[in-house]
Amino acid sequence: MTFVTPVLNYAQLAPILIVLAGAVIGVLIEAFAPRAARHSSQLFISTFSLVAAFAALMTVRNQSSVDAAMGSVAFDGAAVLIQASILIISFLAIFLIADQENFTAMAAAVPGSEEERQSLQKDLRVTEVYPLTLFAVAGMLIFPIATDLITLFVALEILSLPLYLMAGLSRRRRLMSQESALKYFLLGAFSSAFFLFGIAYLYGYSGTITLSGIQESIVGGAGNDIFLLMGIAFLSVGLLFKVGAVPFHAWTPDVYQGAPTAITGFMAAATKIAAFGAILRIFYVGFANAEWQWKPALVVIAIITMVFGSVVAITQRDVKRMLAYSSIAHAGFLLAGVIALSKSGLDSSIFYLFAYGIATLGAFAVVTLIRDSAGEVTDLNRWSGLGKRSPLVASVFSLYLLTFAGIPLTSGFIGKFSIFSAAYESGSTAILITGVLASAIAAFFYIRVIVLMFFKDPVEDGTSVVIPSALTTITIAVSATLTILLGVFPAPLLNFIETTAFFIR
Amino acid sequence: MLLPLLGAILISTLPKNKSNYAKWVALLTSISVALLGLLIALRFEIDRPGFQFVENYSWIPSFGINYAVGVDGLSLVLILMSVLLTPVVVLAGWNESEGGRWSAKVFYILILVLETMMIGVFAATDVFLFYVFFEAMLIPVYFLIGGYGSGERAAAAVKFLLFSLFGGLLMLASIIGLYVISSKNGGATFDITELSQMHNYMSSTTQNLLFLGFFIAFAIKAPLWPLHTWLPDAAASGTPGTSVLLLGVLDKVGTFGMIRFCLSLFPDASKTFTPVIIVLAVISILYGAFLAIGARDIKRLIAYTSISHFGFITMGIFAMTTQGHSGAILYMFNHGFSTAALFIVAGWMIARRKSSTIADFGGLQRVTPVMAWSFFIAGMSSLALPGLSSFVSEFLVLVGTFTRYPVAAVLATFGIVLAALYILIPVQKALHGPTTPGNENLPDLNLREKFAVGPVLAIIIALGFYPAPLLNVINPVAAQVIESQGFADPVPSESAGK
Repeated sequence: MTFVTPVLNYAQLAPILIVLAGAVIGVLIEAFAPRAARHSSQLFISTFSLVAAFAALMTVRNQSSVDAAMGSVAFDGAAVLIQASILIISFLAIFLIADQENFTAMAAAVPGSEEERQSLQKDLRVTEVYPLTLFAVAGMLIFPIATDLITLFVALEILSLPLYLMAGLSRRRRLMSQESALKYFLLGAFSSAFFLFGIAYLYGYSGTITLSGIQESIVGGAGNDIFLLMGIAFLSVGLLFKVGAVPFHAWTPDVYQGAPTAITGFMAAATKIAAFGAILRIFYVGFANAEWQWKPALVVIAIITMVFGSVVAITQRDVKRMLAYSSIAHAGFLLAGVIALSKSGLDSSIFYLFAYGIATLGAFAVVTLIRDSAGEVTDLNRWSGLGKRSPLVASVFSLYLLTFAGIPLTSGFIGKFSIFSAAYESGSTAILITGVLASAIAAFFYIRVIVLMFFKDPVEDGTSVVIPSALTTITIAVSATLTILLGVFPAPLLNFIETTAFFIR
Repeated sequence: MLLPLLGAILISTLPKNKSNYAKWVALLTSISVALLGLLIALRFEIDRPGFQFVENYSWIPSFGINYAVGVDGLSLVLILMSVLLTPVVVLAGWNESEGGRWSAKVFYILILVLETMMIGVFAATDVFLFYVFFEAMLIPVYFLIGGYGSGERAAAAVKFLLFSLFGGLLMLASIIGLYVISSKNGGATFDITELSQMHNYMSSTTQNLLFLGFFIAFAIKAPLWPLHTWLPDAAASGTPGTSVLLLGVLDKVGTFGMIRFCLSLFPDASKTFTPVIIVLAVISILYGAFLAIGARDIKRLIAYTSISHFGFITMGIFAMTTQGHSGAILYMFNHGFSTAALFIVAGWMIARRKSSTIADFGGLQRVTPVMAWSFFIAGMSSLALPGLSSFVSEFLVLVGTFTRYPVAAVLATFGIVLAALYILIPVQKALHGPTTPGNENLPDLNLREKFAVGPVLAIIIALGFYPAPLLNVINPVAAQVIESQGFADPVPSESAGK
């Protein structure tokens, strides 16, 4: 056996490498820098590496190749778009994370212990969250560009492991936070196992682990179709778990609720983009010719995901759980784009992902602002009358709710319109009808929150809106502006996506 | 068209405590918009077919969506109605915004934003643009009802929004269907003229489904029985000004949409469903009238009469005759003004008496003669007394329907008889008879209020005697729609209404 020296195209890998380097530096700071300097330097390193990665990505945006890393990753228009979205959203998310109020000072301390009390007393600040975030971002950057199943799996783990930890970092209600982290970890481990199992079957089917190789085998008709079917099924389970599609959604509400809100926002927005980026690539590149093996199942999953997410969200009393179920419903809408299996399906999915990610991050950013003496208030009943006390915050939150509901002149409407057109164009009438009905159901609970905020009288229990820090303000302002801008003038971005988004095989 | 939006922005920059400035800016803006509207109406060339004053800018080229606006006779009439009613509403509801959840500033911003969207929705010649206005319009109305109304305003606002959103989403599904069909047959487009050729490419099932998507959305808006249940709540809970805009203008979007979209996009499906729709329209006419007779609350009464009137309009539209059509379009215009007058005066009565129950009023004729007379004229117009504007339109609708569906027309005529009851009973109770206790010292209309209601009543009377200018604009459109449907008037008749 000869060992080939790997040839790497460093320019195209630069964004990933920069983020990883930032993460490593972050770990070093954590180990060696004095405590007082840690927070500011971590914040600087994180934002700097994300900006640098974005700049690096822009310099290579017109290139495309499959051999950036010996055929393990594909670098193409779709990859650039998805990576850029992830970087922008992570950049905004870092600003939220910088608001340290929400994180426990010492993650290792047992909740309620003397140790924890002391750490709070000394006002220690947790800063390992920054390198963890960067590691997760690096995983997310690799996930949607991986073209062989092993790289895909490695990326999945790189992005997941830090998220498991970050979910447990909440300062308030630590037991709940830790429970959610453990739940996320266990279920995530299961789904990883399914994923690996799928890889094994696909290898058995085609004798290769590259997506293009699998596609060739499908075209050639070689091998046992049972293996292909099981491979696709198991692989899909792993992927659908990550995006929270029914029936693999069970973790979503608990984790969204338990995790620190800034992390929830990051997780909901960026993970979804990365995971759907990967799903799109796998199904469009790898399994496109085996359409009939997976499309019917995926249609059913999309339909129940849309309906289930919308219906269950109605009964929620907690704003974070409600947003979790709404994100499940949105996963269903996004699956419609995967099912479309066409150029317009790809375009609309990317637009939708970006628009949804931005709005989600903004929505969770607003949630971090509503607090009482014991931390964030997520009970919806206590949000009533918010419009009276702080009209601006309530209006911005309503804007996000309206974009989730898909009201015209918001980005969500354009996204929904384009993704449903793509689905209908490819013949999925059922998806169109269910999607529209699910949107109608979903509108009900979004509107209910607006009613609560604007038309109910405030309850007097100390719930208040904190003055947002400058960084949080930036995040909210940017995401609100983008949400309106993409709703009113979506043409530039849509055109850009249309001309750029393609997969190379 | 953008002028009201500018006004809204101007108001939003005003300081909070100077709510009077907001009122004046709103009034001046809406008056100048009305003058502009009249100017456009004067420059409108009646004999030219197609859209005029067309503006077309590419908005989202990748979907073939344009910002395309233009007016034809139909939209001209409705835009004129909207821009004339807005200043009246602003003037009539000078103090309405007090007692709302938010300041007067927000109230006038919402009204002006709404006016922009009303003009937009009637002028849009791009189906997508129409939909955007159609849906976005809901938001200001929702806040107007929920924020400034009375009674169960929050619940009414939510009911209104959910009904409308549901209809809107059905329409969205149909629009997506149309879009995809157009992209498969000669290029994706949302242009209404091009889309009206698309029915040649559809199977009859597809056409029927798409038609239903549009029609249900419009039937909710217009409210046609059995989709009307949101209207009484919304109209009774809103401020009188909001209700004027809601019933007078917004609901016209439904009937407007039926003509502009249902008929011209799906001619075959329209024919298929016509019998059903005529039946629903007749039910609406009678059902609305019966409810109105039983109504105790004066605002609900007006809302129910509107359901009855919208039945007439729908019947006129789907009778597929030129007279029916002309009548329906004229009816939309007239109904806007007679309902506006009724609601405005009723609003003043309620504000003075602090009660909206009809039984609480009595003998107003003696205490407040001007107010009583205004209400009387508006009420008479609503029951289509000859010499007042609604008569011409109601007559045209009935004649137009009779030539094709005699039974429906005869049944609908009962609606007029019932109308006499539901208007005359409250008139008798509230205006005549002995002055009931508590009413002795009600003040009559002041100068501002006279200025607000005067023009409306003037229009009602003027059009009752001389509807020709409007009919000249309307008739060509009506004839054109009927012709494009492949219908000919069954009985050769003289040109309507001259």
